[in-house]
Amino acid sequence: MNTIKLHYIVDGDDFTRAGEASASVKKTLRQLGIDPNIIRKVAIALYEGEINMVIHAHGGEIKIEISPTSIDMLLKDKGKGIENIELAMQEGYSTAPDEVRSLGFGAGMGLSNMKKNTDSMIIDSTVNVGTTVHMIINI
Amino acid sequence: MTINDIKNILDCEVLCGDEYFNKEVHTACGSDMMSDVLAYVKDQSILLTGLVNAQVIRTADMMDMLCIVFVRGKKPDQDMIALANERQIALMSTSHRMFTACGLLWENGLRGGAYLE
Repeated sequence: MNTIKLHYIVDGDDFTRAGEASASVKKTLRQLGIDPNIIRKVAIALYEGEINMVIHAHGGEIKIEISPTSIDMLLKDKGKGIENIELAMQEGYSTAPDEVRSLGFGAGMGLSNMKKNTDSMIIDSTVNVGTTVHMIINI
Repeated sequence: MTINDIKNILDCEVLCGDEYFNKEVHTACGSDMMSDVLAYVKDQSILLTGLVNAQVIRTADMMDMLCIVFVRGKKPDQDMIALANERQIALMSTSHRMFTACGLLWENGLRGGAYLE
C-alpha cells in the first residue's frame, strides 16, 4: 500500500455538518481493510478534533496521511488558540459556552480522549493565531 | 436480545432502519452528553438519548452503534433520518423517560459495559 493523502476543509459555521470529514476518513480506512480497533481510535480522535475546530475555532483544515505503518492526522485552525494547554488537557476542564453543552459537547473530555486514543499527540497553539494538533496512530 | 426485542420492551415507534432489527445487541448506553459517549463507551450497540441533533447520529456512527432510541417521545427531523439511513443506523422513539427506559432494558437482561480507564 502506498501512502494515501486526504485533505478536508472543515466548515465552522454549520454545526450539523461537523464530523463529515471524520466519517469520510473512517469510510476510507474501512475500504482499505484496516483493523476495526484502529479505525475506532482514529474515528474517536478525529471526530473530537473536528468538533473542537467547529466549536472553538470556526473551522479549519484536516490533512490525513495513511501509510502501511501509521495514520497521521494534522488538524489546523486559525481560531483563538489555547491559553493553557496543560489545563485544557485535564478531564472536565472546558471553556465551551452553555450553547455547546446543550448540543451534547463541551464536557471537557475532548483533548484527553484524543490523547487516550492516539500513540502520539502534539498540540501547538498560539493565542489569537490558532492551533495545530498533530496525532499519530500506529497500525 | 435483538433490536426488535428492544422495540417491544420500550414500546417504540420505528423511525427508520427496520431491516437491521434482527441484529443482536449485548450492551447499551444512556446519555445526553455525546462527549461522554465518545469518552467512555466501548462496543455498545444501542444509544438511548434525549438529545436530538445531527451529532447524535454522527457520534453513534463513529462508535459503530446499530440503533438510537430517543426517549421522552422525542423525534428527529427528516434530515437526521436521512443521515441515519445513509449511515445504516436504526432510529426509534419511546415515550418512556431515560431512567425508566434504561431500567426496563436492564430488567430484561441488557447491560452497560462502559468502563472507566
